[in-house]
Amino acid sequence: MTSASHTLNPALSTVGGDVPDYFALLKPRVMVLVIFTALVGMSVSHGHVSPAIGAISLFAIAVGAGASGCLNMWWDADVDAVMTRTASRPIPAGRITSGEALGFGLFLSVASVLVLGLAANVLSAALLAFTIVFYAVIYSMWLKRSTAQNIVIGGAAGALPPVIGQAVVDGRLGVESLILFAIIFIWTPPHFWALALIKAGEYARAGIPMMPNVAGPESTRRQIVWYSLFLAPLGLAPVALGYGGLLYAVIGTVGGVGMVALSFRVLHNRTGEAEKKAAMGLFGFSILYLFALFSALLAEQSLGLFHSVLA
Amino acid sequence: MQQDPKIEYRALTPEEEARRRKRSVAIALALGAMVLLFFVLTIAKLGPQVLNRPL
Repeated sequence: MTSASHTLNPALSTVGGDVPDYFALLKPRVMVLVIFTALVGMSVSHGHVSPAIGAISLFAIAVGAGASGCLNMWWDADVDAVMTRTASRPIPAGRITSGEALGFGLFLSVASVLVLGLAANVLSAALLAFTIVFYAVIYSMWLKRSTAQNIVIGGAAGALPPVIGQAVVDGRLGVESLILFAIIFIWTPPHFWALALIKAGEYARAGIPMMPNVAGPESTRRQIVWYSLFLAPLGLAPVALGYGGLLYAVIGTVGGVGMVALSFRVLHNRTGEAEKKAAMGLFGFSILYLFALFSALLAEQSLGLFHSVLA
Repeated sequence: MQQDPKIEYRALTPEEEARRRKRSVAIALALGAMVLLFFVLTIAKLGPQVLNRPL
């Protein structure tokens, strides 16, 4: 006799993926970024939280971000399949069924919000729930395929972790983390559009209305410059508000000048290899810029490196 | 579990069985981690003085 537990209904397309496939559904690199930015949000807070509660809260925020990434992959499997960057993801590659991914994502969404609510407070749990819904529903299901402003508005989801971090510690929305929200929000368009300029063909094939496909590369380059010009001074707002010190001021100034300079390079290099080099240069530098800004804040707040630059 | 006689079943390959075993172990570890997480959370929330109270 063959037991049911050792047989497979061939109507099911797969037996289930390997453990790393499920982990890949959570977009682990995004999770690391979310942990980092939420931690910076916690570090600029005024209150105090026990290490155990802080660690569990960070874990819940990371799992919530992973869950929204999983729901995004579930919804976007058709688009992912036609883009080289995403074709090897577990669902388009056929290693995990979309139903499994949906169940996994929904379970982790609910679990992460509940754990954060129990560990920290209702406000942070509500903000995490909002972030998940915003990314999975507003961005993935609606904006991404319908407007060239998709990543501009959708960027709000990626910008919220510092706000959640401060809400965990202080139990309220704080101006410190709202400024960090604004920095990530304004940073997102030049960061993403630099990549979109190079990958415009792939986005067009997938039917995603990215800015270079809709408004054209020229308009996109001009908008990249405008956003960078706005971002550079905004990046120094923590200094003006007194919670960014000397180290932050130096990194923010150098980085801001770098962002503006590289965005002008993108504006002036419009063809061939030079165009690609300029766009990828800005894309890479933008990651370094944001990482350096947030690292400086974290170092100043946690390692005692804060030296005020205000008189 | 009763098998549907209208469906032709096939046996899992050794590779598929190994994958399923690994998934089961991962689920067990995740459940264990969740128990630990709720235990630590409870202790952290109650605080060290939880047993120091009048009867």
